[in-house]
Amino acid sequence: MRKHLVKSAAIVGSTLLVLAACGSNKQEGGNAGGSCDTSKGTLTIGVVAPLSGNLSALGIGIKQSAELAVDEANKKCTVKGYKLAVSAQDDEANPAKGAQAATKLATDPNVVGVVGTLNSSVAQTVQPILRDKKIPQVSPANTNPSLTRGNDFLTAPKRQFDNYFRVCATDDLQGPYAANYLVEKAGKKKIAIVTDGKTYGAGLAAELSKQVAKKGGTIVGQETVGEKDTDFSGVIAKIKGLAPDAVYYGGEYPAAGPLSKQMASAGLNVPLMGGDGIYDGKFIELGGKEGDLATSVGAPVESLATAKAFVDAYKAKFGKEDYAAYGAFSYDAANAIIGALGATLSSGDWAESKREDMLTNVGKYSASGATGEIKFDQYGDSTNKVLTVYQVTSGKWKDVQTGEFTG
Amino acid sequence: MSVLLQQLVNGIVQGSLIALIALGYTMVYGIIQLINFAHGEVFMVASYGGLATFTLLPDDLKKSPAVALPLMFVGGIVVAVVVAVIMERFAYRPLRNAPRLAPLITALGVSVFLQEAVRVWYPNATSNLPYPKVFPEGNLSLGTISVPWTGVLLVVLSVGLSILLQTYINRSRMGRAMRATAQDPDTAKLMGVNPDRVIVLTFVFGAVLAGVAGVMFGGYLSNINIDMGFQNGIFAFTAAVLGGVGSIRGAVIGAFIIGLIKTLAGQYMPGGTQYDYVWIFIVLILVLVFRPQGLFGEPERVRA
Repeated sequence: MRKHLVKSAAIVGSTLLVLAACGSNKQEGGNAGGSCDTSKGTLTIGVVAPLSGNLSALGIGIKQSAELAVDEANKKCTVKGYKLAVSAQDDEANPAKGAQAATKLATDPNVVGVVGTLNSSVAQTVQPILRDKKIPQVSPANTNPSLTRGNDFLTAPKRQFDNYFRVCATDDLQGPYAANYLVEKAGKKKIAIVTDGKTYGAGLAAELSKQVAKKGGTIVGQETVGEKDTDFSGVIAKIKGLAPDAVYYGGEYPAAGPLSKQMASAGLNVPLMGGDGIYDGKFIELGGKEGDLATSVGAPVESLATAKAFVDAYKAKFGKEDYAAYGAFSYDAANAIIGALGATLSSGDWAESKREDMLTNVGKYSASGATGEIKFDQYGDSTNKVLTVYQVTSGKWKDVQTGEFTG
Repeated sequence: MSVLLQQLVNGIVQGSLIALIALGYTMVYGIIQLINFAHGEVFMVASYGGLATFTLLPDDLKKSPAVALPLMFVGGIVVAVVVAVIMERFAYRPLRNAPRLAPLITALGVSVFLQEAVRVWYPNATSNLPYPKVFPEGNLSLGTISVPWTGVLLVVLSVGLSILLQTYINRSRMGRAMRATAQDPDTAKLMGVNPDRVIVLTFVFGAVLAGVAGVMFGGYLSNINIDMGFQNGIFAFTAAVLGGVGSIRGAVIGAFIIGLIKTLAGQYMPGGTQYDYVWIFIVLILVLVFRPQGLFGEPERVRA
């Protein structure tokens, strides 16, 4: 070995330099942070997402994708002098549990930022807790527009939380984008709306119904179901009497899948459409049928060159491609925190006094991520407003239209 | 008109499911004056028992519904009965002579325990699980009205089993022992009735019905989750109270009333489906104001 080294010192030497510089995983295997200098301790990135319960498929995708981003940062020594760790807290998709999780993270002086939440309703309780500690929160999945711009988000937008950012497009784009697709492209003029009454579902449906009216369609009925309801025959019989061309469901897949299946068995053979909350393989497993539609934020992961590296790395780390609807967004959200942390620590060690800089740096963050360009506007919203319509085709979600909402 | 008929049918199907569970509440209350809040979880556990039975079947049996379906019912019922008997033996029997509040709180504890146990130990139970497609597919169509065959089966099983149960309690020797224990356990004991046997049997009957309901729930709605016991248990308990706790007939009629209020209020009352639960409980409150013992209940006797 040594002889070989001597013989080709120039080549191997330069190779080693490269290896040392990027901390290739070939050198890993030891502990103590591998090749990076981690003498200053460990800093934590929190994750708040539903890790158990009905939405855990989405939540676990968020958690693991954040772990992947942190892992890669540790290997690349992105943050000099520190090792990064993930502290994932379960919010069970429940605002009260989310508040507990946020409080737990906020009391840890080493938490530099939080990736989460999945649910807009949970974000509402998490935002103020993290703001009081000036901890940046980057959500991969909250799509309710009022989280960033307040209740009058269309007429008088006003930034709500200076610590809150998100990397996904919002429902004031997603709802209308779905409406345009339904009315103009698919020719569905009579739409019935069913929601679960939560912040996300009701908000999304409200934005959709405005745009449907604008495009000349009609909302023939609006119903609300309980989040834990399982038998939808009453609601279905009611909307069936209104003879809709399509049903829009504002909510998530645990109810949407069975709803779609029960619609078919009650003889209401029209497509069910929903937002990013039903865009998951579980929807089809639970009864989502051929022809059902969903919008989701961003371009299809498979179609983006920037996403391919994420998908490959995820698969290599976890064995399966179960990053779900928000994995790539969570990866980007974690990277935004890591990038901002790197910039913040370029001028000194981590301390409570750095939190203000940290918020500024997240706001200024700009990079090309797995979901495209990652950058935040003055409200904390993503500047990337690409949306995609997916349709269930041969038992799988298939993208049918990608673009930005233009009115 | 067709919408009204369809909603009536939907209400009857939903009521049938609630009735099967409500019978378990009402029988146990009738015998030992215990509101067994864990009964909803027995129903849930039975559903997972049926699913587990299917998962454990060899592949060739999975493909033949004629074999798989009865085995799932057996599996679900066995799990429900085992859970109910253990629950009675270790959670309620030691408290039989304790003040009434003690077993009530225990029942709530057992309920939480069962739900969390399934959540933790059943594979992937943290989210909805799809139920196997071994049930009769398609719909029964009568003009503009359609009911899934699984719904029809649910109604038939529910009504059939209620009648069977009522007959058994009124006609058989064991049924007489049950009625005697309900009336006065001490005198029944003097007459040679073994109250432990009667009480265990009551739990077993309730569990069998909950077992049937659990498996049918999976077949009718095609997927199950760990919350199903709580939600349907509350409705079943309400049905039992509405009909008069302790009365078999009352529980079944109460269940149908709740199913019908839910679908009809969702259709015709202001607020629609958003307020259907509100109407159920408004009716419950009204009934209890004017008839505290429920529709078919007897006024509570003070025991010597």
